[in-house]
Amino acid sequence: MSRTHVTCEVNGDAVDFLTEDGESLLNALRDELGLIGAKEGCGTGDCGACSIIMNGRLQCSCLIFAPEADGAAITTCEGLASADELHPLQQCFLEGAALQCGICTPGFLVAAKALLDENPDPTETEVRYALAGNLCRCTGYDKIVRSVLEAAVQIRTPA
Amino acid sequence: MKYAAPTTIDEARALLAADGDAIVFAGATDVVPQMRGGRPEPSMVIDLKKIDRLMSVSLDGDTWSVGAAVPTSVLTADAAFTADFPGLSEAAGLIGSDQIQNRCSLGGNLCNASPAADSVPALVVNDAIAVIAGGGGERRVPVAEVVTGPGQTSLAHGEIVVCFELARPAARTSDAYLRLIPRTEMDIAVVGAGVRLTLDGDGTVSAATVALGAVAPTVVRVPAAEAALAGSSLDDAALAAAAAAASDACNPIDDKRGTINYRRQVAGVLTRRAAGIAADRIRTRNGQQGDS
Repeated sequence: MSRTHVTCEVNGDAVDFLTEDGESLLNALRDELGLIGAKEGCGTGDCGACSIIMNGRLQCSCLIFAPEADGAAITTCEGLASADELHPLQQCFLEGAALQCGICTPGFLVAAKALLDENPDPTETEVRYALAGNLCRCTGYDKIVRSVLEAAVQIRTPA
Repeated sequence: MKYAAPTTIDEARALLAADGDAIVFAGATDVVPQMRGGRPEPSMVIDLKKIDRLMSVSLDGDTWSVGAAVPTSVLTADAAFTADFPGLSEAAGLIGSDQIQNRCSLGGNLCNASPAADSVPALVVNDAIAVIAGGGGERRVPVAEVVTGPGQTSLAHGEIVVCFELARPAARTSDAYLRLIPRTEMDIAVVGAGVRLTLDGDGTVSAATVALGAVAPTVVRVPAAEAALAGSSLDDAALAAAAAAASDACNPIDDKRGTINYRRQVAGVLTRRAAGIAADRIRTRNGQQGDS
């Protein structure tokens, strides 16, 4: 089994790890770096629970071979909050009860962040399309969509 | 399984030549699910995304060159490309989610050789050429000749699709692509229909190209539908004839996404609607330019 040394930046920190070549970036994040926010739902790019932002692009980390991350800049859901404050998306998800079991939540948060980074004032329709790659099986999408829209307002007009 | 990320086409070809079991990939949005579904792991996966030419989009004179590994989200965000090929851009924007479109590519969509690949009918109606690097240098092949059956291509081991060449559309020419899925996002085409039209100054169709996806083992051109549209003013009789020809050209399967009869009927409906959208685009653009 071939192993590769990968150096990259995760949530602003320089990190490096050894990985088997065929391993997914998702497993490397979870098992080598201890970042267990991203989850494996389907393992085939359909559910979005493993969503991360790599080099500015929202992607499913289950579809990325870990060696592809060499030299990349990665944001996971662990990178959203600052030291003492939740990200507005996280706060709005809490206040809007946009989660029940929570398995899908890290993926939704990262996908929503990718959307708001590009489009700070999305319509509800744009939010729904942008989150189409993330599946939730218990909360339902309505509270999630409303929480994203509320977070967008808060980010645009800080208190 | 080994991972390699060559930075040149020659290097990638050497890796392939040295290992008959190696495969190339761009987004791996089909390769990984196939392996998860039981496809044997290859000995090596060769990442094409570090090769500049496969990752660039350029307009040289009247020819667009689209790297085979470019994520489709780059194409849908490219205003100039989308203005020239709105149908191809919308087809590229229908493949999976944002997460998928940030990885998946036209080269992968073609070489995965799914009958339902959304971008392929749109490439075919635009007479796209696949530039293929192989042992004897590069060869240029119409996209319609690359896929030979479900999961099968005419590429030899060691050959790599480098880019697609697309001539800028002639005056008063535009395209459209429609697909039917049971929901609004994240599904595989039941039927896909691509149409490209050229209109005369008086609105008569001077050229038409029609291609269907998901209704046969490969994407099919529909010369009878093209003939029905050509020379017409897109009147009801011509559109009905084109729709009937599209339905007749189908050789679909029954599966959970749709029955044979349903697919046949939908192929006609989508062909007719896509022709209408392509014509509207031409009229709108020429109206805006004031040179009707």
